[in-house]
Amino acid sequence: MRPNDALQQLKFRDPVRARALRDALERLVWRADHAPVSVMHVCGSHEQAIAKFGLRAAFPRDLQVIMGPGCPVCVTDVPEVDEAVALAKQGVRIASYGDMLRVPGTSQSLADAKADGAQVDVVYSVTQAVDLARDTDEELVFFASGFETTAVATAAVLLDDPPDNFSVLSAHKYIPPVMEIVAEMPETKIEGFLAAGHAATITGSAVFEKFVERHGLPVVVAGFEPLDVLAGLVRLLELINAGEAKVENAYPRCVTREGNAHAQELLWRVFRPTGGRWRGIAHVPNGNLRLRDEFAHYDTRKRFTIDASALWSYAPPKLVQQCQCGDIMAGIASPSDCALFGNECTPDTPVGACMVSAEGTCKIWHQYGGHPDLSSMKRGVA
Amino acid sequence: MTRNARFIDERITLKYGTGGGAMRALIEQIFAKGLGDLGEGNIGLAAMDDGAAIRLGDRYLVITTDSHVVQPIVFPGGDIGKLAVAGTVNDLAMMGATDPLALTCAAIVEDGFSREMLKSIWESIRASCEEAGTTIVTGDTKVMGHGELDGLVLNTTGVGITDRIVTDAGLEPGDQILVTGTMGDHGLAIMATRNELALETELVSDVAPINAMVRRALEAGGDGIIALKDPTRGGLSSALHEMAEKSGVGIVIDEPSIPLRDEVRAVGELLGIDPLVSANEGKAVFGVRPESAAGVLDAIRSHPLGRNAAIVGECVAERPGFVVLDTGFGSRLLSEAEGELLPRIC
Repeated sequence: MRPNDALQQLKFRDPVRARALRDALERLVWRADHAPVSVMHVCGSHEQAIAKFGLRAAFPRDLQVIMGPGCPVCVTDVPEVDEAVALAKQGVRIASYGDMLRVPGTSQSLADAKADGAQVDVVYSVTQAVDLARDTDEELVFFASGFETTAVATAAVLLDDPPDNFSVLSAHKYIPPVMEIVAEMPETKIEGFLAAGHAATITGSAVFEKFVERHGLPVVVAGFEPLDVLAGLVRLLELINAGEAKVENAYPRCVTREGNAHAQELLWRVFRPTGGRWRGIAHVPNGNLRLRDEFAHYDTRKRFTIDASALWSYAPPKLVQQCQCGDIMAGIASPSDCALFGNECTPDTPVGACMVSAEGTCKIWHQYGGHPDLSSMKRGVA
Repeated sequence: MTRNARFIDERITLKYGTGGGAMRALIEQIFAKGLGDLGEGNIGLAAMDDGAAIRLGDRYLVITTDSHVVQPIVFPGGDIGKLAVAGTVNDLAMMGATDPLALTCAAIVEDGFSREMLKSIWESIRASCEEAGTTIVTGDTKVMGHGELDGLVLNTTGVGITDRIVTDAGLEPGDQILVTGTMGDHGLAIMATRNELALETELVSDVAPINAMVRRALEAGGDGIIALKDPTRGGLSSALHEMAEKSGVGIVIDEPSIPLRDEVRAVGELLGIDPLVSANEGKAVFGVRPESAAGVLDAIRSHPLGRNAAIVGECVAERPGFVVLDTGFGSRLLSEAEGELLPRIC
């Protein structure tokens, strides 16, 4: 990776053009025949961009941009964490992404298991996990999390003849089905979706066409620079105001309608979609990605007998019962609605998974100062 | 101080060493308990400033100490020796003592450490002392067993004299915030060498003694300089939060005016580390009365280490203790670094 590639993206940060887009948003919200207008994005990277660039303070007052279940670490369910923790406590070496270590299971996280002496390694990529496996004779389990983008990397590794002592405990998730769940929630007021540009580079924007048909809600695929987010929102509001339910690609420099056919082929050759619970959300049909039978040899669940029952004789602490992660991820509540946010629950002492992951709504809001009304704060007041 | 009351872990973990709220809590709750009170007119431990000041007649003796544990020991732009001298000289300068009388240096060396390496580190200590106009007058040597520490730990203590202490309290709405150069260089240069992404960068640390530059600024600004901090651990964000808290003002920062090297910005994006919470080792942040701001800026820019200096924000009456970042797109609160700075995973 070259820093210059990152530098190239900086041109999508022109404040003058941002102001024009902001004014357009203002006009569009004003023109809508109701208030507030509520839209949802389903991606931690979008929330990062919105928070980091202070866009919330610049959005029109009557525009609600809600973060949905867009953090794969946050929606990893307790039984999935329990599987990894149980294996680690059985003495199996586990490798996973850093954020996954602190996600609470029934009674312990992987980090707790590690503190108790289990072998748990942090890796930055699945290939690094394979390298760890190559360096040893003992079993190495990669506890895999992430949406379809990350799942493709896992698939590519499994198709590239990894060592026999390597296996995958998949907690990979597939985003399109959960959008259906959120759209069908009775409390939902969502009028349109901002879809994640990076996932769409793989799936293509066409993946949302059936959803739009079924639910009559527009979807705009958007990128992650401030201008991308603003331009995506402008297009989404235009569609909402016009009553047009269709898919639009506002990230054409990376995303095509068909997506990356090769990556899709890898993904579906290795994984099959299956139903499962997303933490705090619901049972999501086809929302989990599990290994196909042809890859049973690399499937941790088929290779080991995982007995997590020892972790279950445990009453969850009171704090966890007050955690509102589920409602926050469903877009029904904001972090500031949660009494624990910033008090008992901080990045140092997270109660819920949303405060653990760099992609979690609560962690992002905490990192960038929550959601205070700063519209009156200007230089030169004195 | 209630903000830090939540840091009460049974064990001291790495987060207590990152220069943020957790560390300040540890100092309040343990280190400063019943210690460090020098009485009226002096600055002791409880003030949590860059050093202590003891009144001697109409002047002050300033003392500061700093331990250095950087990894890698040699990094682009410097090494642990240069860091140990610059760190202490700069802390003295932040109290107003820009002519360090002398330094001490204690070394704890790991069994098996290379003699060549030690010689080269002391060469850089000598060069940095010369640059700062000071020398090392006493020291201490310990060797510990293999694996008991990571190579080399250096502690330096410095003393200096000043007529006037810059306390960081007393900022008022309208006062200007000025930085002496690009932000985040040191922290990101170190992170890039450590990171497992094997980044090929030309990032270099900004480590340097800046006492001469600060002297010029103090001469130009006089009593118009109200606050002065070196944005080391915790970066610009921590320095600004301390000023805002001690003075009881809000600070609004204009993000586009903050000098940032393109490469620092880009590597920060890649690693997910905000350059504004990343350490500097050759920079200072000034809080200056509006009428003195232009003169101080000119004085700093006239020094080779201050060529990129800029006015980046101002104090306001609202939200005392908070720092607001005007991003050019909108605004948000600037947060302090919490926990370990780790590269983002995706």
